[in-house]
Amino acid sequence: MADIFFAIALFLILISTGGFIVYLAKQQNKIFYLACITLFAGFLFHTLFFASRYYVLGVAPIFSLKSSLSFFAWCITGVYLIFHVRFRLRVLGSFAAPLAAVLMIISSLIPGVEDGVNPILRSAWFLIHVVTIFIGNGIFAITFISAVMYLIQEGQIKRKTLGSFYKRLPSLETLDSINHHSIIYGFPFLTVGMITGAIYALNALGSYWRWDPKEVWTLITWLGYAMLLHERLAAGWRGRKAAIMSIICFSILIFTFLAGSIWLSSYHTFNNLGAGAGL
Amino acid sequence: MTTIIDIGMNHLTAPVELRECLAGDDAKLVSVLSFMRESELIREGIFISTCNRVESLFTTDSPHDAREAVISMFARLGSIPEKDFISNSYVLEDMDAVAHIFRVASSLDSMVVGEPQILGQIKEAYHRASLMEKTTGVVLNRLMHRAFHTAKRVRTETGISESAVSVSYAAVELAKKFFYGLEGRKVLLIGAGEMAELAARHLLGHGIAELLVANRSFDKAVQVADLFHGRAILFEEIGRYMNETDIVITSTGAREYIVTSDMVRKSTRERRNRPLFLIDIAVPRDVDPAVNKLANTYVYDIDDLSAVVQENSAQRRDEAVKAERIVQEEVIKFERWMKTLDIVPTITALKENTEALRRAEIERSLPALGQLTESQLQAVEMLTVSLTDKLINDPILALKSQAGRAGRDSFLDAARKLFNLDADGQKRN
Repeated sequence: MADIFFAIALFLILISTGGFIVYLAKQQNKIFYLACITLFAGFLFHTLFFASRYYVLGVAPIFSLKSSLSFFAWCITGVYLIFHVRFRLRVLGSFAAPLAAVLMIISSLIPGVEDGVNPILRSAWFLIHVVTIFIGNGIFAITFISAVMYLIQEGQIKRKTLGSFYKRLPSLETLDSINHHSIIYGFPFLTVGMITGAIYALNALGSYWRWDPKEVWTLITWLGYAMLLHERLAAGWRGRKAAIMSIICFSILIFTFLAGSIWLSSYHTFNNLGAGAGL
Repeated sequence: MTTIIDIGMNHLTAPVELRECLAGDDAKLVSVLSFMRESELIREGIFISTCNRVESLFTTDSPHDAREAVISMFARLGSIPEKDFISNSYVLEDMDAVAHIFRVASSLDSMVVGEPQILGQIKEAYHRASLMEKTTGVVLNRLMHRAFHTAKRVRTETGISESAVSVSYAAVELAKKFFYGLEGRKVLLIGAGEMAELAARHLLGHGIAELLVANRSFDKAVQVADLFHGRAILFEEIGRYMNETDIVITSTGAREYIVTSDMVRKSTRERRNRPLFLIDIAVPRDVDPAVNKLANTYVYDIDDLSAVVQENSAQRRDEAVKAERIVQEEVIKFERWMKTLDIVPTITALKENTEALRRAEIERSLPALGQLTESQLQAVEMLTVSLTDKLINDPILALKSQAGRAGRDSFLDAARKLFNLDADGQKRN
């Protein structure tokens, strides 16, 4: 059942991605609305997928690279939809939807059986830990997208070569404000995710901090965003500098996510979380 | 013989300080026009004064003396040494002066070529001279109307004026790429030029919160600030107000940079990196191009803005050539008319006209008279010749008596109209 939900969600999000890309080129309102509605429908099916997985497994169904990529995509879609309600920034969809689609495709290509669950994951702290961390990641993905758009737009204006993006991208101030707000919203999620992770670790493993590579890298990411947030609020960082910094932070975040999950030997590595694996 | 003379200075020949000495408050305008009306040497006169130019256009029979008189009048009026005035001004005669006025009216001589304000300003100056001070006559009336006609042709037949309007439009469009909206923004106008006013008007239409005006002469700043319900600041205060503003429009005639890199850098910290958009309409430029290298600061000069409107300079040059051709055409037409406005050609035309009339009438009547002898034919010839000669004798004497008199041009003009001497010429116009 869950697989069908996922397939439908993937299908809808792919169609929506196509719509958003056509919208970027043609700038027709009708296409945008269709793409947006399709994306919302895809998001609902994706939500159903996670709900049914949770029902079957009894734990947050996010403990492998396959499922966490998929959940990352869900967070990006959800955050985009909320940001759309808040900012009405259409062009954001043309970047967010493809990103979500790519993550879902990668997720669907990873073979995996996720039936057996390590009993250690049956904890509310684990659920809160992964959900908040990923919502934070999803928001930071929007930060990243707005930073990239900012640099494209700013570069063109500064060099006075107003290319095809000039008409399609929103004002620098709008992009900067999205960047600003998404950091403000994202940072508490990351923080809560780390704290609940520590509490969960204390309960499950006996100590809240174990110098695990993923923990260390997450702390570095957190410090990066903390610095960016501080500079923005206290020192009045804006625009280009803030955009570059948020791109650097997101790169560290992605590195932490992928490297920490796959290569760096640690208890966060997904194959350690599967059935039968010891911690 | 009437000579048309234009003595003036514009943004290219004179620094702004000098132009400001003569630039027109009302009292100066009236005193120039009444000088022109009362001077023995000057027949007709118009005085045009805008932020970027001063033009005194007049007709005279003794060009040399009249020129001296006008120059010394200007030197007195602006309290500037005569030699300073001479070295910063130009003196144009006859068709050169006509071409110049046509070009000025068509906005080809403006700091921003094609800006639309100048025509209105010239119309107002003409209105002032012709209706209120009554200093214009046949020649300048015709000249000014042809100037308006030329300006209209240049506007409708070339793309010159579009580019100026679209430049200020582009400035606003571009501003929208920096700011979420223009509501609540502060705009600083440095130099109160025609084009800056146009851009300011455009921005005001988009709901900006406050307009600050800085100008070298504070009076002018106050004047412009009043016009837009803004606030005038001293020229020296620009640096201090820079950290409050979001958009700066510069259009002074200064030869050095008004807004320097240092000035903007100093304000950046206080403005907490809020973006600053500088629109530099002046030629030569007012904003140091290095300012564009500073973070969150964007400088667009007039060429950049034109590029935004996606107009290449080659295209603009083509339009300028087209406009120049229109001016030349109109100058030739005017020259043709001017030549008729003299006693000898008018008398010749009158004689030729009546002679042609007499011949036509004889040819029409001969068949009705039947077979005539040689002597009878001669008698008819004699009769008609003496009749027409006598008819035009008094008008010719009257015309001759006008030589050198003040009312001559209008007398000639009336004569040409009464005897319909310009029938062909008018059709050609």
